[in-house]
Amino acid sequence: MCGIAGLIHRGKSSNVGSELQGMLQALKHRGEDSTGYALYGDTDGKNFIMRFKVGENVGEGSSSIMEDVSVYDARKKIVDQYLSELGAKIVKEERVLPYSLRYELAYDAKDLLEFSQKIESIPGVEILSMGKSLEVIKDLGNAQMVCDRYSLDKVVGTHAIGHARMATESGVDIKSAHPFWGYPFSDVSVVHNGQLTNYWNNRRLLENKGMRFMSECDSELIAVYIAQKMREGASLEEGMKASLTGLDGVFTYFVATKDSLGMAKDTMAAKPLVLYESDDLVAMGSEEIAIRSVLPQEIDTYDPYDGEVKVWQI
Amino acid sequence: MANLKTTAKKTKSQSMGMHSEVLTGRTQQKFFNPDEGENLYYFGTYDVDFNKRTELDVKEMTAADANKEIDNLMSQGFGTIVIKNPQGKHSLGVGILNKLNLIFEGSLGYFGMGSCDGPTVRINGRVGWSCAENLMAGKVVIEKNAGSCFGAAIRGGDLICKGSVGARTGIDMKGGTIIVGGDAGAFTGFMMQRGRIIILGDVGINLGDSMYDGTIFIGGKIGSFGSDAIPADLTDTDQDWLKRKLKVAEIGEKFDVSKMTKIVAGKKLWNYDNLEPHEKKGAI
Repeated sequence: MCGIAGLIHRGKSSNVGSELQGMLQALKHRGEDSTGYALYGDTDGKNFIMRFKVGENVGEGSSSIMEDVSVYDARKKIVDQYLSELGAKIVKEERVLPYSLRYELAYDAKDLLEFSQKIESIPGVEILSMGKSLEVIKDLGNAQMVCDRYSLDKVVGTHAIGHARMATESGVDIKSAHPFWGYPFSDVSVVHNGQLTNYWNNRRLLENKGMRFMSECDSELIAVYIAQKMREGASLEEGMKASLTGLDGVFTYFVATKDSLGMAKDTMAAKPLVLYESDDLVAMGSEEIAIRSVLPQEIDTYDPYDGEVKVWQI
Repeated sequence: MANLKTTAKKTKSQSMGMHSEVLTGRTQQKFFNPDEGENLYYFGTYDVDFNKRTELDVKEMTAADANKEIDNLMSQGFGTIVIKNPQGKHSLGVGILNKLNLIFEGSLGYFGMGSCDGPTVRINGRVGWSCAENLMAGKVVIEKNAGSCFGAAIRGGDLICKGSVGARTGIDMKGGTIIVGGDAGAFTGFMMQRGRIIILGDVGINLGDSMYDGTIFIGGKIGSFGSDAIPADLTDTDQDWLKRKLKVAEIGEKFDVSKMTKIVAGKKLWNYDNLEPHEKKGAI
C-alpha cells in the first residue's frame, strides 16, 4: 500500500524533521517495513552532504544477508581513498550507524555522474543522497524508529518528503526503501505510492543511456526517468509531465529539488492524495490524517485530479 | 450472511429450471405487515428523540471507540449527536442503521458514514475516499470537498457534496442520488447500475464508463464520455426533478437546469437479463 507525505514552507524555515516524522507516523498503518526521509535542511550551501551506506540493516525483518562489521570498515576505507582521488575533501564525518554514514565534502564539480559511478563501483556501497541541502535518511521500521535512530527530530529546513513502505515487489531492505535520490543530480529526491507496469522496458532503455539502478524497486524508475529527462534539458515540471505518459501503471509521486516540491498523479487517479495549500505552507499526504499531524485546526483540503502535476517553490 | 429462500415469482433463469434460490438483502425484501407490526424487529435500531441532543469529542478516541459511543448514545435515546474534533479519522459514523441527526464539526478521513441506513448527517468539513459507501437510506451532506469513490455502491438515500469530488464518484452505485456542487474527477459513474448523479460543475475523462443503467446530469464541461455512455434528451420531467432535488439539497437552487447534459447507458455492452455468465453458457 505505502504512504507518502511532503511539505514545503514558503519564505521561512521550520522543524521539518519533526513535522515529517509526525506525518509519516500517522501513515504507519500503510506500511512500516521501512521509512525514509528526504530533508532539505538549512545549510551554508558551500559543501556537499553525502549520505551513503556501506551495508544493510540486517535486523527487523530485513531480507538482507548478514555481514561482518569489518566488511563495512573495509568499504569505508575504499570510499575515503576514492574521494581523495576524486579531489573531494572530507570536511566532517559522522558514522551514524555501523552501515550508515554522513560526510560533508568540499568538492568542486557540477556533474556528479563520474563521482557517483566511482564511489558506487565499490561493492556494497550506495550513495543515498548527494546535495548541498538534501539528506536522504532511510532505514527499516516505522517513522518514529527511524527518526530516533538518526536523531532527525531537530532538523530545521524548508521542505521535506517521506515514505512509509509496505514492501510488495522487492525486498525489505534499505536499497529498496524510498526516497530515491535523483542520481546523478544534486538535491533531487523522489517518493512514490503505486505500481509501475512498464518498469523493465524503461529500465533497459535508461540503462542503455548510462543511468544506474541500485534496486529492483519499480519506484526507483521515477527518479531515474526524471533525472534522465533533466539531463536532456527538461525542467523538473516538464519531466514530471512527460512521466504521465512515459510511465505506465498507477502512481502518485512527489519530487523535491533544492528549492521546489512537486506532485504528479497518474491519469487514472488510482492512488490517493490529499492536499493543503496556503500562501506559506503546502502539505500533502496519502491521507488527511498526515496533514492533521501538522495542522490540527480545521482546514480546507482537496484531492488533486487525474493527470495533475503541480510544483511549488520555497 | 445473505438469506436464501424460494420465491413464488420466478425469474427467467428460474423458469428455465436453472436454479431456485434468490439472494435477498434486508432493505429490498422487508415489507411491512400490519398484522405482524408488533413483532417486527429491525436489528441494531433504537427509539431516539431528535430533541435529545448531546456532544461527543472524539479527539482522543479511536474510530472504533467513537462508533461504539455513538451507538451507546443512540441506545440512551439521543437523536441528535454532534461530533467534535473528528480530525480526519477514518471510518467514523459507519454502520448506523437508525434515524439520527448526526453532525460532524470537522473533517472525516476514509470510509466515513459507510453502510448506513437512515441517518441524516451533516459534515462541516471535507471527507476522504469512499464516503458513504453502500449507503442504503438517509441523507449525508458534506459542506466542503470529498475524495475519490464518493458514494461508491450506494443503494439509496441522498449524498450531497457542496464542494468538488475526486475520481470514480458513484462507482458501482445501485440506487439513490449523488449531488455535487463543484467539479468531479475521472470515471464519474463508472459501472453504475441504477440511481442518479448530478454534477453542477465540470467532470473529467471517461464519464459513465461501462454504466449499466441510471442517469447522470452534468452542468459543466465533460472531459470525455466513457464506453457506452451516451447523451440523451433532457425532458421537462427531468428538469422538474432536478429543480426539486437541488432545492431539497440546498445546493444550486438557482442553477439553470435546462442547460444540463443528460447521460445514460447506450446498453450496447451487455445483455441485461437474469442470467449469470455461467448460466448463459448453459442456456446457449
